[in-house]
Amino acid sequence: MTEMTEITFTLNGETVRRSVPVRKNLVDFLRQDMGLTGSHVGCEHGVCGACTLLVDRRAVRGCLMLAAQIDGLSVQTVEGLAQDEAVNDLLEAFVARNALQCGFCTPGMLATAVELLRNPRPMSRAEIREQISGNYCRCTGYEAIVDAIGTVLDTRLANMQADGEVA
Amino acid sequence: MKAPRFQYLRPDSVEEAVAMLAAHGDAAQILAGGQSLMPMLNMRVASPDVVIDINRLQALAGIAFVDGWCTVGALTRYADIMADGRIAQHLPLLAMALPYVAHSAIRNRGTIGGSLALADPAAEMPACALALGAEIELASQAGRRRVLAQDFFLGLYETARQAEEMLIAIHYPIVGPVQCGFYEIARRHGDFALAGAAVVRRPAPAGGLPEYRIAAFGLLDRPILATRTAEICANVQTAERMNDVLSAFEADICAAGDIQGDARTRLIWARTALQRALEQLAPSPL
Repeated sequence: MTEMTEITFTLNGETVRRSVPVRKNLVDFLRQDMGLTGSHVGCEHGVCGACTLLVDRRAVRGCLMLAAQIDGLSVQTVEGLAQDEAVNDLLEAFVARNALQCGFCTPGMLATAVELLRNPRPMSRAEIREQISGNYCRCTGYEAIVDAIGTVLDTRLANMQADGEVA
Repeated sequence: MKAPRFQYLRPDSVEEAVAMLAAHGDAAQILAGGQSLMPMLNMRVASPDVVIDINRLQALAGIAFVDGWCTVGALTRYADIMADGRIAQHLPLLAMALPYVAHSAIRNRGTIGGSLALADPAAEMPACALALGAEIELASQAGRRRVLAQDFFLGLYETARQAEEMLIAIHYPIVGPVQCGFYEIARRHGDFALAGAAVVRRPAPAGGLPEYRIAAFGLLDRPILATRTAEICANVQTAERMNDVLSAFEADICAAGDIQGDARTRLIWARTALQRALEQLAPSPL
């Protein structure tokens, strides 16, 4: 029988305690056990980026962590981001710029973008592309996604400048 | 696919971890960042009986500069090494190579110790360890030992680490001002290298010659030090001699083993990678 382990962690701001099979990866656990199907399962070997989510505020692959490993850690999925006012501007920019078509890559793309925007610094389009290079999108050609992220980045930098946070 | 069944162990200390390794030996795999082991489990390329998750060993995470050495704990994640300004200052080769390692989400989780212990022949960190003359520290119940990088990488995913040993740190000598170059050819950015070169150049002392250390990777079953190439680089000062350097590089690679696949094409990639890495040395000595 598959070995089980107890985990206690924070999921989108709420403390959760569960028993999980040790061989189950994080994204399967979130989808199957927690009912959070926003994080998508693509390649299951870390290449496509569809399962990317935030663990302790860092973007990681949900298919390359065991659920057992999030014991004591904090997980934020796209369901959590949807409720997070701090990233409203990003979600709105994705809609305004048509930065998604089928939407399969979007939860992972957002997790990567949230991390990129956390400590805003001026970035060229090429740098933004490099930052999202681990997230595959087969619809948009990336242009609209770079537009959306770039728009939010510019706005946040301008706000910081207005607040005197940067020289 | 999904990972096969395994027993999951999570030590709270290095002592506990090496005791587990002593008990399980070859049947155990250490889980560090998991950015290679997890795909191997998911694809069932690896099916260890026991997985030893060392992510709670925070003593193995971090960077320290002591007595002319930079020690990077095995559990230090790529993103944390990239964010450390002291690395860019004292080990610029690592700072140049790290952006080539996969993508940001992988670098947030992947560890330098994991890369060295796995010894993928196309990976960046083993080649940098060679070029920088690093020493790799291993721990077991019998004690600790340090192995020179050039004695550590033995073959395809094969290292000098014994089954009961755990890689705990990488020690880089800090040798004063150096110039570095790093270049790799890959199908897409972030993919494993088809050919790559890492170069470290110590400026010439008064009346002496500069010292080069050049590593080639992605070509053979392991990264190699191109020693003849390094000698020629040290003695050559003009751009016209670049061809001699590149020919020596080919010879160094061919002497070290058989290139799999289309050898001619890969040697051309290797020459290109070395030339571009050398061109990054400033001021350009060649």
